[in-house]
Amino acid sequence: MSKVDVAVPVTTVPVSPRRTRSLALPAVATAVVVLAAVPFYLDRFWLTLGLFAFAAAVAAIGLGLLLGQAGQLSLGHAFFVAVGAYGYTYLAGTSRTVGVSHQGGLGLPPLIALVLAVLLAGLAGLLFSPVAARLRGIYLGIASLALVFAGQHILANAPLVTGGYNGRTVPPLTIGGFGFDDGAPGTQLLVLGVPFHREERLWYLGLAVTALAYLYHRNLVRGRPGIALRAVRDSELMAGMMGVPVTRYKGYAFLVSSMYAGLGGVLLALAFGRIVPVTFDYAMSIEFLVMVVLGGLGSAAGAIVGAFFVASLPRLLDRYADVLPGLAEPGGDGVSPAVAARFGYAIALILLLLIEPGGAAGLGRRVANRFRRNR
Amino acid sequence: MTQFLQLLAGGVSLGAVYALLALGFVVVFKASDVVNFGHPALLMIGAYTIARLGLSQVAFPLAVLGGVLLAALTGLVVQRFLVAPIASTSVVTVSIMTIGVDILAQTEITRRIGVDILSIADPWGDRVVRLGAVDVPQARVAGLVSSVVLIGLFLAWFKLSRWGIAMRAVADDAPTAALMGVPRKVISALAWTLAGGLAAVAGVFITAFPTPGLQPATASVALAAFPAAIIGGLDSIGGAIVGGLVVGLAESLAEGYEERLSFLGQGFHSVMPYAVMVLVLLVRPTGLFGTRELHRV
Repeated sequence: MSKVDVAVPVTTVPVSPRRTRSLALPAVATAVVVLAAVPFYLDRFWLTLGLFAFAAAVAAIGLGLLLGQAGQLSLGHAFFVAVGAYGYTYLAGTSRTVGVSHQGGLGLPPLIALVLAVLLAGLAGLLFSPVAARLRGIYLGIASLALVFAGQHILANAPLVTGGYNGRTVPPLTIGGFGFDDGAPGTQLLVLGVPFHREERLWYLGLAVTALAYLYHRNLVRGRPGIALRAVRDSELMAGMMGVPVTRYKGYAFLVSSMYAGLGGVLLALAFGRIVPVTFDYAMSIEFLVMVVLGGLGSAAGAIVGAFFVASLPRLLDRYADVLPGLAEPGGDGVSPAVAARFGYAIALILLLLIEPGGAAGLGRRVANRFRRNR
Repeated sequence: MTQFLQLLAGGVSLGAVYALLALGFVVVFKASDVVNFGHPALLMIGAYTIARLGLSQVAFPLAVLGGVLLAALTGLVVQRFLVAPIASTSVVTVSIMTIGVDILAQTEITRRIGVDILSIADPWGDRVVRLGAVDVPQARVAGLVSSVVLIGLFLAWFKLSRWGIAMRAVADDAPTAALMGVPRKVISALAWTLAGGLAAVAGVFITAFPTPGLQPATASVALAAFPAAIIGGLDSIGGAIVGGLVVGLAESLAEGYEERLSFLGQGFHSVMPYAVMVLVLLVRPTGLFGTRELHRV
C-alpha cells in the first residue's frame, strides 16, 4: 500500500530571532543607510515608487503579524487601510464644497489626525474582533471578506467623508511647522544642494515610519505577546492549557494588525495625494496577502521585501514597457503593465509555495545558513 | 404581496444557483481540507468557455458541455499539480495557493473579456414565465430546475454509490479511511473535478438573463458562494444548500425593498450575503450546520 496520507499540522517556518540576530541587524542597518541616501541620487519616479512601497510595507507588517504569528487569515486588510486613509483625510481636511459635492472635515492638526486615524482603524478592528477572535483561521479568512465589501459600500455611500467616486484631496502632513509638501510657493528647501520637494520629504517620513513599525513588530514578537501568539497559532488547545487567554490574544492580534493597516493607510493617502474609494477593494486585500506570503510568513523583513516587490512591479513594468518584450503602452495591443504585474506576482506566489514555503525570508535563511556552514 | 412573491421566486431561483456553487466549494473542503479561493475562477473559466463557444456558433448544449469539461479539467489540474504537492502543510498555506491560482486565472480572463459583456447565448433569452401573478425569467426557472436535478443527483451519488461512501469516509476520518484502503488522492481529485463542473453550470445561470452577461464583475457575484458555504457550515453538504438559498433570498429581498432600506445606503443588496454571514457567525462560529469543534482534554 502506498504511503498513508496523514494531515500533519505543519505550520509556518519557525522564527528563531536569536539565531539570525547576528546577521539580521547589520543587514537592516545597512538597508536603512542606503535607503536614507536614495533621495540624493535618484529621481522623482523612484521616490514615488518608494513612497507607495513604504506605505504597503507598514500595512503588510501588520498582516504578517496576524497571519504569520497568530495564524489568522484575513482578506479584509484593505478595509482597515481605507479607515486609516479616510480617517486621516477627514480629520485633517476642512469642510468645503467642490463642484456639486460637499465634503466634510474637522480641520484638526495633521499630526493629531494621523494618530487618531490609526486609533480609529484599531477601533474598527476591535469592533470586528467579537467575530475575529472566535473564528478559526480559515473561517476568519472568509468572514473578513465581509469587511472589504462592507467597506466598499460605506465608502460609496459616504460622499461627505470620501468625496464619492471622484475621491478627495488629502491634506499634507505638517509636524511642528514642517510641511511634507512642496513648501510655500517661492521657497525652496535645500539639503546638501538637493532641493527637497514633497517626494523627498515624504520619503524620509515613510522610511522612519517603516523602521519604527519594524522595530515595534520585532519587540512584540520577541516578548511575551509574541510567544503567546505563536502558541495560539500552533495549538489553541495547548495554549489555553498553558494559561494563554486564547480569545483575548486573537482579538489583540487583530487589533494590532488593523492599527498597522491604518498607519499604512495614512502613508498611502499621503503618497497618493488624492484617494478614491475603489482603490481599497478586494484586489488590494489580496495584494497584501501576496506581499506577506512572498516575503515569508512571520518575518517583518520579509513582509517589507514582499511589499516592495508587489508595490513596485506594476510601476516598474509601466516605466520600462517600451523596452520589455510583449508589453503594451496603455490602449495598445499586448499585455498591459498592470496585467503583467498581476501575472508576475501570482506566478511568483505559486512557485514559491511549491519550492520554498518560507518565502523570501526562508530563502534568505537558507543562504545565511549555508554561508555560516562554509565558514 | 405580489411583489413579495415575485422576490421570493427570484430569490429561490438565484439561491439554487448559489447552492450549486457552494456545494462544489464544500465538497472540496470535505474531501481535501482545502478552502478553495479559486472557486470563482473555475466559474469564470467555465462561463467564458461557454460564451466563446456560443459566439462561434456551437450549439448551446455542446457549449455547456465544453465549459463544464474545461472547468472540471482545470479543477483536476490545479488539484494534482498545485494543491496535492503541498497538501501536508497548513490549511492556510494551501488556501493561499488557491488564491494565487485565482489571481492568475481571473487576470487572464479579465484581460480576454476586456470591456465587453459576453452574452452566454442561452436558448431562454429574456422570456419570462407567468406563474399566477408572478413573472419569473425562463433562464431562472431553468437554473432552479438544473440545480435541483444536479443537487439531487449528487446527493444520491454521495449517499449510495461506492465513491460517494468513500468520499464520506475520507471526510469523516481521513487516516482511518486510508487504512481501510480508500485512495484519498483519487477522492480529492474527484472532488475538485466535480466542483469545477458544478461551478461551470452555475456560471451559465449567473450570467444568463436578467444579468447582462459575462463580465469581469461576474467574479464578485460568484464570491457570494463563500458566505453561502459559511452560513451553512463549511463541512456540511446540506448546509451549503440552505446557505445558498438564504443568500439568494436575502439578496433578492434586499434588492426588491431597496427604498425601504434606504437608510442602509444605495446598493445594499450586494453586501447582504456578507451581512447575513457575520450575523450567523456571531451566534454560531461554525455556521448553521457545521461541526462544532469539541476539545476533549
